[in-house]
Amino acid sequence: MASEDSTLISLVEKASEGDRRSVGRLLTLVERGGDSAEQVAEATHTLSGKSHVIGITGAPGAGKSTLTACLARDLAVSEYKPAVLAVDPSSPLTGGAILGDRVRMEEASEAGAFIRSMATRGHAGGLALAVPGMVRVFDAFGFNPIIIETVGVGQVEVDVASAADTVVVVVTSGWGDAVQANKAGLLEIADLFVVNKADRPGASDARRDLELMIDLSQLTGQAVRRPEIVMTTATEGEGLDEFKKAIFEHKELLFEGEQISIRRSKRWKAEVRSRLDYLLSEVATESIENLEEEKGSSPGSVARKIAKNLLKKDELR
Amino acid sequence: MNKKENAPIRIVLAKLGLDGHDRGLKVVARMLRDAGMEVVYLGLRQTTEMVVTAVEQEDADAVGISMHNAGHLTLAPRIVKALEDAGLDVPVVVGGIVPESDLEAMAEAGVAGVLGPGSSAEDVATCVREAVAARGE
Repeated sequence: MASEDSTLISLVEKASEGDRRSVGRLLTLVERGGDSAEQVAEATHTLSGKSHVIGITGAPGAGKSTLTACLARDLAVSEYKPAVLAVDPSSPLTGGAILGDRVRMEEASEAGAFIRSMATRGHAGGLALAVPGMVRVFDAFGFNPIIIETVGVGQVEVDVASAADTVVVVVTSGWGDAVQANKAGLLEIADLFVVNKADRPGASDARRDLELMIDLSQLTGQAVRRPEIVMTTATEGEGLDEFKKAIFEHKELLFEGEQISIRRSKRWKAEVRSRLDYLLSEVATESIENLEEEKGSSPGSVARKIAKNLLKKDELR
Repeated sequence: MNKKENAPIRIVLAKLGLDGHDRGLKVVARMLRDAGMEVVYLGLRQTTEMVVTAVEQEDADAVGISMHNAGHLTLAPRIVKALEDAGLDVPVVVGGIVPESDLEAMAEAGVAGVLGPGSSAEDVATCVREAVAARGE
């Protein structure tokens, strides 16, 4: 254990001196979870909290990677030191994954952006545990802003993206009608909408549908601030300046008032919650592993009995 | 550190320079994915620097380079050296067209494995796994 501790300390030291390989190693430790992840979390927690975190989500093929790549490149060539965490799905059958985001992020990488690809690795909740920790590593070692890019089809991915300071939802023309917009729950989390592939027919319809849905949210009082809508054709570079401007405007709005601390304390709470969920589910899994069927007892009554016993115990590490 | 054994192998796949035959690389990417690995796919027209950067940032366990333009005797040693110079201890596996008479030179240059045409999905996965395991010892 002593050697593990010293490895960790030297990794943190080297990472603070700007060694990108050590940052890469620390990200891996967080991603794998377990004790080392906890140690990295402790070591980076007090160093973090300075960076602006941008979440970019939307359906597959909407243009998230291209937009992220353009944004990261532009930021890297100006005075920023951006990092990208690009999440792609793991195969549910084999656990393997093809992480292809670097293909589009070549220019961003050459301009100096730190790009890390990440697979969802199947286990529910695992992503929700690893992503905040990985963002914290970037934050602790001076990367700013940090862009999280996820496929926004699953609830977990939406949760992950919404753990950002500024949440961008990317849609395209023909992405589905207004009802889909409501159903997906994307409206509640978006600070900024991008209608990408705006050169295609139907882009203005997509915009109109969004406007309508935002109107409705305002009507029910659910949304506090009206999210902006930006039209882009990312592959042609159209609308990218507006996109960047909208992100920075949102950032200013956040940092100028109370907003940022409210948002971050919500985020902190959400992270405590997902860690708690994880710990509890581990204990739950253990306690039913050797459970024998009790004929005549309902599953609900057995679960309540187990829960009562667990709550008295000190089984969490 | 702990849990290393349980984590999937992460491998960076790329083609160097102007060699444009990427079908093989795509097939290999799928084979490795189906063998449970995480493939960081870089694709065509990569430089040694880009591969080194990717290995660093992705903390990859291995590198796979596909070559179909007879450049392997120049490029394979170059990438092995570039990784070494960067202090990255990761094995390099080469796939594509490598004549049998060059195999010895490839091994001498530090290439961990060579996969020719007709290699099965199992051959490919085993080669990568063994190359990674050999470094881990």
